[in-house]
Amino acid sequence: MHGSDATGSPYAPHTDDERARMLEAVGAGSVDDLFDIPDAVEFDGEFGIDARSERETRRLVRTILGRNDDLTELLGRGHYGYYVPSLVDHLADRSEFLTSYTQYQPEISQGFLQALFEYQSLLVELTGLEVANCSMYDAATALGEAATLAERVRDTSGHRVLVPDLLLEGRRSTLENYVAGTDLAVDTYPTDDANVDLAALEELIDEECVMVYAENPTVRGTIEEGLESIGELAAERDALFALGTDPVALSLLQRPADVGADVVVGDASVLGLPTSYGMGLGLFATTEDYLRQVPGRLVGASEDATDRRAFTLTLQTREQHIRRERATSNICTNQAWVALRTAMHAAYLGPSGMVDLAERGVTRAEDLAERLDDLVGATAPVHDRHHLREFVIRVDQPAPAIADDLEKRGFAVHVVGDHELQVCVAGVPDERIDPFVAAFREVIR
Amino acid sequence: MSDRDESRDDPRAEQTRYDQARYVENGQYEPLLSEKDQTRVEIGGNGGDGGSPLPDDLTRDSLELPELSEPELARHYTRLSQMIYGIDSGPYPLGSCTMKYNPKFTEDVAALPSAAVHPDRSERSVQGTLELMYRLQDYLGRIGGMDAVTLQPPAGAAGEFVGIRVAAAYHEHEGEGHRDEVIVPESAHGTNFASAALGGYDVVSLPSDEGGRVDLEALEAALSENTAALMLTNPNTLGLFERDIEEIAEMVHDVGGLLYYDGANLNALLGRARPGDMGFDVMHYNVHKTFATPHGGGGPGAGPVGVVDELAPFLPAPRVRENGASKSEPGYELFDPEHTIGKVHGYQGNWLVLVKAFAYIARLGDEGLADASAKAVLNANYLASRIEYEVPYEPFHHEFVASAGEQDAADVAKRMLDYGVHPPTTKWPEIVPEALMTEPTEVEGKDTLDRLAAAFNAVADEDDETLEAAPERTTARRIDQTSAARSPRLSWQALESEGDDE
Repeated sequence: MHGSDATGSPYAPHTDDERARMLEAVGAGSVDDLFDIPDAVEFDGEFGIDARSERETRRLVRTILGRNDDLTELLGRGHYGYYVPSLVDHLADRSEFLTSYTQYQPEISQGFLQALFEYQSLLVELTGLEVANCSMYDAATALGEAATLAERVRDTSGHRVLVPDLLLEGRRSTLENYVAGTDLAVDTYPTDDANVDLAALEELIDEECVMVYAENPTVRGTIEEGLESIGELAAERDALFALGTDPVALSLLQRPADVGADVVVGDASVLGLPTSYGMGLGLFATTEDYLRQVPGRLVGASEDATDRRAFTLTLQTREQHIRRERATSNICTNQAWVALRTAMHAAYLGPSGMVDLAERGVTRAEDLAERLDDLVGATAPVHDRHHLREFVIRVDQPAPAIADDLEKRGFAVHVVGDHELQVCVAGVPDERIDPFVAAFREVIR
Repeated sequence: MSDRDESRDDPRAEQTRYDQARYVENGQYEPLLSEKDQTRVEIGGNGGDGGSPLPDDLTRDSLELPELSEPELARHYTRLSQMIYGIDSGPYPLGSCTMKYNPKFTEDVAALPSAAVHPDRSERSVQGTLELMYRLQDYLGRIGGMDAVTLQPPAGAAGEFVGIRVAAAYHEHEGEGHRDEVIVPESAHGTNFASAALGGYDVVSLPSDEGGRVDLEALEAALSENTAALMLTNPNTLGLFERDIEEIAEMVHDVGGLLYYDGANLNALLGRARPGDMGFDVMHYNVHKTFATPHGGGGPGAGPVGVVDELAPFLPAPRVRENGASKSEPGYELFDPEHTIGKVHGYQGNWLVLVKAFAYIARLGDEGLADASAKAVLNANYLASRIEYEVPYEPFHHEFVASAGEQDAADVAKRMLDYGVHPPTTKWPEIVPEALMTEPTEVEGKDTLDRLAAAFNAVADEDDETLEAAPERTTARRIDQTSAARSPRLSWQALESEGDDE
């Protein structure tokens, strides 16, 4: 037994004897003597948190989380519950990956640096852009960083960022916070049947605009058809074109580099993480032109003293620990371990598996929309577009009531309007589709 | 046959003889995935297998990535993991980073299927998630002496940014929107400066006094009606407690500014002092430091923010509260604070990290948390007493900054790698020349600290030539970081195109 108090930290390995000898070595009578805290601010109360055994703690967490309902989630809108292969859990959980710090000593951290270099390379292939960082927090913060990058690289006095009217509230609000300390303002452009309204956008892009943001697929699951035109409009007006997307979509849809995207953001944790109440992995890629303005960490190749290839964090003079208030971003701790998981999942799938996953996202969404459309009282998809993973359904009855009824039958869907629901097939097992259609038929009666 | 140089071995170091795993194939360490395979998949009706469900003009032409079997991948990632040093490999005394041993059971609770829920689920269907968030908010409030807590910030720096945005919203609301300066001590973490700047503030840098603490005269000079906030960590990055904290708080409050607490060093204070009691108005908690959640090689972390009542209406939305719907079984709901700044993350931050932090706090309880701080401070003092390098500032708490003196601190760090320990943070804070900022945390016992001290002392006796040649027992030898920055090669595609040029 370590320590005198059974209630002390179970992870401090000192025996009583060791503690006594250590105190003697430092010339202190007690540990209290080592604290240099004035009486006036000393804390003499209690937190009132009871210690528990490991077993009791596990039971506590299991009991609390057990209050969550077990539902089949037909939910998407930027966050997807794709099946994550066991390989990812077992290898990412190896403690060298899990318990290391940022790779400030590269010689002893080659494995993680290489894994992050491979993650960056994955994004370079998917986006066609030359530079990808090794993570931001999530899609929303990556969008915020894209806007501040646009402000830095545009040498005009422009101050507008244009985003679609369908932008998720969490992304919009985060972007507003990121630009609050700059001269930027966020403006909205309209969409037409869930794609960019190009004519309206052309009117709105002016010299004041530093960045236009669009998403593919859109938040309503439609595939954007006007990407090349957006790229041209942005280039003509010297605004950056930032595209929001994800690794599964990128496996199949138009390559951002081919449509003139200057920055690609989005959530890369669609691969590698289960639904985690919104925990994410911010994807950030851009062109070589803006390399020295990129936020976040970059891993680069170099050589060691034996002339073998070795990896290291690089271009750190952009970062806060060196540049302080002139840094490109305040980000420090990022999502390295999630990036590792995403790279592992992508490697597990391979290119054919990734393309297949994306293609099934198209066909399964089409099939389900068709089946729901056959039901009386429902029309799907609402938007006359190609879809990836998800689509909107119009229902005759109030949408919230239908969603409630579906939940009672074990299915979670989005309510996106008074008479509009959105459903997503990503990660939904094939065998749950028939029961869902049956439940849907019952609740729209 | 090993190509390692055995000639320099110091007999004292044999007790910590260390050789990191290394794989060499075709003259390189473990090959890249792309060097094992590259497979191009054509997409669209006109190329290859055809059958794309989309018209060609909406798709890319092809995708080229490695296509490997599961066993090949298992070996690749196992080898990579063996070429990494983590806290489970040995001591990791990185000052200000607080690298503690992470209990294993927290991984299991975070992996519970009931933890994996979509963020758009109805509140009714995720009562467990909301209850755990509510309880963690409550725990953190008690530990920090704060009235209200948001869990949304996904890292410490994101927490700082929330603090800055909350301060700005508060001042704006009070008709004090003209305040445009944030004061930051020179020794503060770089994130403080960057977060204040991202929030649109001018950063006023504050020098330290001779004892390494806030210089009150300099603070007096820096404070004005333009001061929005002072950002401070206590103990500071030298491990010194800011004894004048009450006076500092009064000075800041007198000019109408807010006092921000950087929680990076909270591990020194658990159960001993609380930021709220010291006069801090807003703080962030680095749950991945103080509460032993794994750092994951650089994240994810989480940076919950606590505030006093007056600032609670400005916190990010949504927060969790009890809804009082039923007495027998409490219910929880999300709500938007009255004057909320909105969101700083798409959803509710790094949820799985929060689960681990909750489990850790619930496991230790009051006594365990206080004991962790007590032993973290004891360990720092003991280790400092055992090393031959000078420690110019004291009395320190959980971390101390030694000076490598005539030696180059970065070289000292490289050589320490050869003794099977992770080195301290180097060359920072700059007030100590050739700084070795050391934080052993509570998880090391006396024997480990003695071995760590032996490594410090072995290096202290070595000549510059030995130091400059280090490390030699790690996977890679000394890496040329200058050339990595001069000609950036950031992807395997960049390496390939380089090969084409030759």
